[in-house]
Amino acid sequence: MNPSRDQILGSIRRSFRRGPLAPEALAACETRLVTHRRNLIPERARTLPPRGQVELFVTMAEAVNATVTRVKDARDVPAAIAEYLARFNLPQRLVRAPDPVLDELPWSGRPLLETRRGVAEDSDLVGVTACFAAIAETGTLMLHSGAAGPTRNNFLPDTHIAVVRGDQVVAAYEDGWDRLRAARGGADGGVAMPRTVNFITGPSRTADIEQKIELGAHGPRRLHIVLVEDGEAS
Amino acid sequence: MKVTSQAFKANARHALGDPNLQKAMTNLRSGFVERRAHAVSQLPEWEALRDEAVAIKKHTLAQLDFYLEEFERRVVANGGKVHWCRDAAEANAAVLAICRGLGARTVTKGKSMIGEEMGVNDYLEANGVTPVETDLGEYIIQIRHEPPSHIIAPAIHLVKEQIAQSFRETHRDLDPARQLKDSRQMCDEARAVLRPRFLAADVGITGANFLVAETGSSIIVTNEGNGDLTQTLPKAHVVLASLEKVVPTLEDAATILRLLARSATGQEFSTYTTVSTGPRRPDDPDGPGEYHVVLLDNGRSALLGGEFEDMLRCIRCAACLNHCPVYQAIGGQSYGWVYPGPMGSVLTPSLIGVDQAGDLPNASTFCGRCEEVCPMKIPLPRMMRHWREREFQRHLPPRAYRLGLAAWAFFARRPALYRVAADWAARMLGYVGRARGRFRALPLAAGWTRTRDLPAPEGRSFMSLWAARQSASRSAQ
Ligand code: SF4
Repeated sequence: MNPSRDQILGSIRRSFRRGPLAPEALAACETRLVTHRRNLIPERARTLPPRGQVELFVTMAEAVNATVTRVKDARDVPAAIAEYLARFNLPQRLVRAPDPVLDELPWSGRPLLETRRGVAEDSDLVGVTACFAAIAETGTLMLHSGAAGPTRNNFLPDTHIAVVRGDQVVAAYEDGWDRLRAARGGADGGVAMPRTVNFITGPSRTADIEQKIELGAHGPRRLHIVLVEDGEAS
Repeated sequence: MKVTSQAFKANARHALGDPNLQKAMTNLRSGFVERRAHAVSQLPEWEALRDEAVAIKKHTLAQLDFYLEEFERRVVANGGKVHWCRDAAEANAAVLAICRGLGARTVTKGKSMIGEEMGVNDYLEANGVTPVETDLGEYIIQIRHEPPSHIIAPAIHLVKEQIAQSFRETHRDLDPARQLKDSRQMCDEARAVLRPRFLAADVGITGANFLVAETGSSIIVTNEGNGDLTQTLPKAHVVLASLEKVVPTLEDAATILRLLARSATGQEFSTYTTVSTGPRRPDDPDGPGEYHVVLLDNGRSALLGGEFEDMLRCIRCAACLNHCPVYQAIGGQSYGWVYPGPMGSVLTPSLIGVDQAGDLPNASTFCGRCEEVCPMKIPLPRMMRHWREREFQRHLPPRAYRLGLAAWAFFARRPALYRVAADWAARMLGYVGRARGRFRALPLAAGWTRTRDLPAPEGRSFMSLWAARQSASRSAQ
């Protein structure tokens, strides 16, 4: 037995002058845990059509210092990345997450762009990842760990480039959770959570020295989003 | 952490005379206060979201035992472990045991107020494990051997010249002739110095903004990305969290997250919101092999069901600090323990005892700003008043103060006499102070006049002026 555990639970119950929850309260709490009831979701993104959500996502992401380029077709992604790297004088060398979505892109069409598939190392200056969803409300990317998504790749490289399909944009965080539940539903109606879900809103920053905002504290200094518009819900 | 709350008055006097601190504190207003006001103005649903967040926390606290057990069940199902700890000593022992189990030499740390409460850094260091703070502000105060002065911006009391000097004294292997003039250069230097520490650490310790019962997850919110490197790279991720961090579902966390960043830094959303559930899965290419939640009570369970229960809704956003005129004037270190400002004035006596921290609830002008801006609608002024009453009942205030209040009570119960006495006192003070218009010192009022002048009254009490005006207007009709 664990005496601290029992004492803490006992102390909580003593404070409320009760024992463990009565059956009725217990049932209400158990229901709450499995029904995923939504609380109020701000109007801002909820009422927009899909097209409007994509536009809001771009506006909000740019407002927090992310940059965005749009391409019409997934096949244009490597060229857009090469151009972005050239524009900011960054090396034409990158590590890309071992994600089938990225594997399908025509990297060989850009022979000057050196790509490595795998887990990011400290020496990797540019990392490319896909994403699971994108949240319009605040311009937020939602990524999760797994065989196709090493978490280090989101944080170690100086420059993080994320490929987002238009139909991955959802209104609110709650929509992101619903998609995750749909993709990874567990036996009990819950979700088989990945080890990590990363919500990323703009590049790394700090204001710890005299409240002055500096980008690139420990994570990426730059966050670039390549938005593939052909994947947009109409 | 060492407590100096008993010396609050002396600490505050010292802070008021510290020119660096006074200069640094002016950044609060342009930073946090204005950015928060802007962010709140962008969200029409703000008030409704506050009400929902309060309801979520009230519900959770009322069934805290249930939600903690559910949380634990899911952590275990995902391959992690929960360590229930009644106090700091148990929590420190749990962390050390994890480190020893992995033969850990160094641990990286994301900012954690629970870690401060435990004094985990000193404890690990004394036991041969080196802790490295990785949040920039926390790193700065660690190398300066100082306690934090703010719950989300621990180095806010410092000016950049002080930080540059600490960097020069600590990073001795770097070129002494290098430039360290602005925050950009210092930020880059810290990044370069800390990157190898992240990669070398055996254990990563973070705090938690939320624990989610539905999934057994912990959530941290950061801007720098240090918390993510801290928990991703080492062999084990240790989460330090107190009981009241738990919420039922991911939806509930999302609602409160909408309030947190806006209240804290005025951002729409923090850069990184990270939901962690258990250790690395079999097909994960990276991530820690162990996941531990050190769950700390430290007096919280006893606050439930009582007059301070509302305090357990606090999400540590620091809005009440940022908007507090007392905090703005004296900074956070004067409060003498982990939690400063209005939330600290309520929480500190609750957690370490009113005998140690009895002065803190007096550090208030009762202007009410803290409660207005608190996203969780915590009645901070009311709770400070509770502490004042309790302290008074314990006869802790000085004799002169008690006698004065007793005299006031005598007159207050006799309104006619009160009016005569007040008018007489106002005329006397007005007469004596008429030359300079203010008093630098007054017998029995040194507590006020030591740090401020007392304006001399114009000569009559409000009640007597009012009566005179009423009768004048009546006779004019
Ligand atoms: S008391 Fe309210 S305003 Fe202060 S830190 Fe806690 S939640 Fe924020």
